[in-house]
Amino acid sequence: MAATNKPFLILQSIGKTFASGVTALDRVNLTVNDGDFMSLLGPSGCGKSTALRIIAGLSQPTSGVVDWRGPPLEQNDIGFVFQEPTLLPWASVYDNVWLPLRLRGVSRKEAGPQIAEVLERVHLTGFETAVPRELSGGMKMRVSIARGLVTRPRMLLMDEPFAALDEITRFKLNNDLLELWQERRFTVIFVTHSVFESVFLSNRITVMAAHPGRVFEELNVEAPYPRDAAFRTSAHYAELCRNTSQTLSRAMGVEAADVVH
Amino acid sequence: MSSIETAKPIVIDAEEARRERGRRLERTGRWLLPLIIMAAAIIFWDRICVWNGIPQYILPRPGVVLNTLIEDAGLLFSSLLVTLRITLLSLALAVAGGVGLSVLFTQSRWIEMSLFPFAIVLQVTPIVAIFPLINIYVDDQTTKLLLCAWIVAFFPILSNTTLGLNSVDRNLIDYFRLNGASRWQTLWHLRLPAAMPYFLGGLKIAGGLALIGAVVAEFVAGTAGQSSGLASRIIEAGYRLNAPRLFAALILISLTGIVIFLTLSWISHLVLHRWHESALKQEQ
Repeated sequence: MAATNKPFLILQSIGKTFASGVTALDRVNLTVNDGDFMSLLGPSGCGKSTALRIIAGLSQPTSGVVDWRGPPLEQNDIGFVFQEPTLLPWASVYDNVWLPLRLRGVSRKEAGPQIAEVLERVHLTGFETAVPRELSGGMKMRVSIARGLVTRPRMLLMDEPFAALDEITRFKLNNDLLELWQERRFTVIFVTHSVFESVFLSNRITVMAAHPGRVFEELNVEAPYPRDAAFRTSAHYAELCRNTSQTLSRAMGVEAADVVH
Repeated sequence: MSSIETAKPIVIDAEEARRERGRRLERTGRWLLPLIIMAAAIIFWDRICVWNGIPQYILPRPGVVLNTLIEDAGLLFSSLLVTLRITLLSLALAVAGGVGLSVLFTQSRWIEMSLFPFAIVLQVTPIVAIFPLINIYVDDQTTKLLLCAWIVAFFPILSNTTLGLNSVDRNLIDYFRLNGASRWQTLWHLRLPAAMPYFLGGLKIAGGLALIGAVVAEFVAGTAGQSSGLASRIIEAGYRLNAPRLFAALILISLTGIVIFLTLSWISHLVLHRWHESALKQEQ
């Protein structure tokens, strides 16, 4: 298993109140260990995405501290994958993946080997010259993931990246993401509202509650990696999903039967 | 499995066959119909002249206009070149000015708020009303005409490009921020390409307006006998009751406008056809 017990990132009493007066996050404390695959799971409006944006530095907390541990963070160290593929529609797959390197002054040619490698890892070799509209939803998401990984970040932040995909595509991407994570040992924070997805992917799940957004409970997913199709159909997986569902329904203050994944 | 399926002869049901016939008809009709209507209109024009015995100095027959176009080709085309030069130069300046100003606007909301009213004032004031002033302040004939045509043409480029530069996907802007992109990088790699469809839309309008601006400016200048463009040929022909030449010049201006429009549409298609919705063929 890739996770360690060395803290990588600690959120200390993070609060976020918008100008409209809405409190998105209320005293959120969270520790992410080096190599963790942590899911932030919760209903809409629980501040998952806001927390992710604060970690990325795209938004400033109203109160509290984001404390990075370990070696000082560099520009390359955070990769971000949005809910939508968020690609440049006019640029080819190759140029889209080149973008983060290009912004750091790496020439198209120099970036070649890195781009080829990461495209191969997400099974997009041969699609270098295609533009996004020529690709399916799942393939666009793969490009987005490749773009997130091409700088070899130490942390990958993912904001409901597979929410808009069909289930078959989502399962495939789940498997590929896990493989990549085990191979490259980066830390992942994965925002989702799917119990099944969070259990399949993560070693830790932070269940959040809404109004105001806060941490409700932290769960460890006690199942070894690698996880594959057999794990998805196992009784153990079903059991873990049930437990997580129950925690989530308590967080939402409703009956378990009403919780949709 | 799929190879077996495709090996079968393709059978099209009656409804699909009908739809295919309809599509084919529409494809030819799109070209043929306007041509037929145009030809019919010209024949009708000719017949009206003959039936009513209208004299040539009032309404010349189409054949006479065509003859004039050929006979006066030297004179008319050298005038066309003068008008075309003003049109294209002013269009180029409108692109530079419009894009430059809109980039400036997106750098700061304050600049936009301060300067946009001036752009609107320039746009809404009729050019014929401004020209006498320009005539007083500017000596050089070409500069005068250029300035006029520019004032008319630059606004659609400015307003469209500003809209485009501001219509960038918020997530992509965040992505650029996350990657430490400079203002210049965000402009060059994100905002400008994203604004391209809007800019090209503005360019198509500006192309036509530049021609109108050039002709109107020549008209106003031409009354003072200072111009040698197509507009002055029209005025001259009007004074001399030379209707055939007037019509010939008019047709040349229209054709020029059409060529400008088609060229700009073609450029727009070349730039956008791979990625932008507006340039994609609808799949049926």
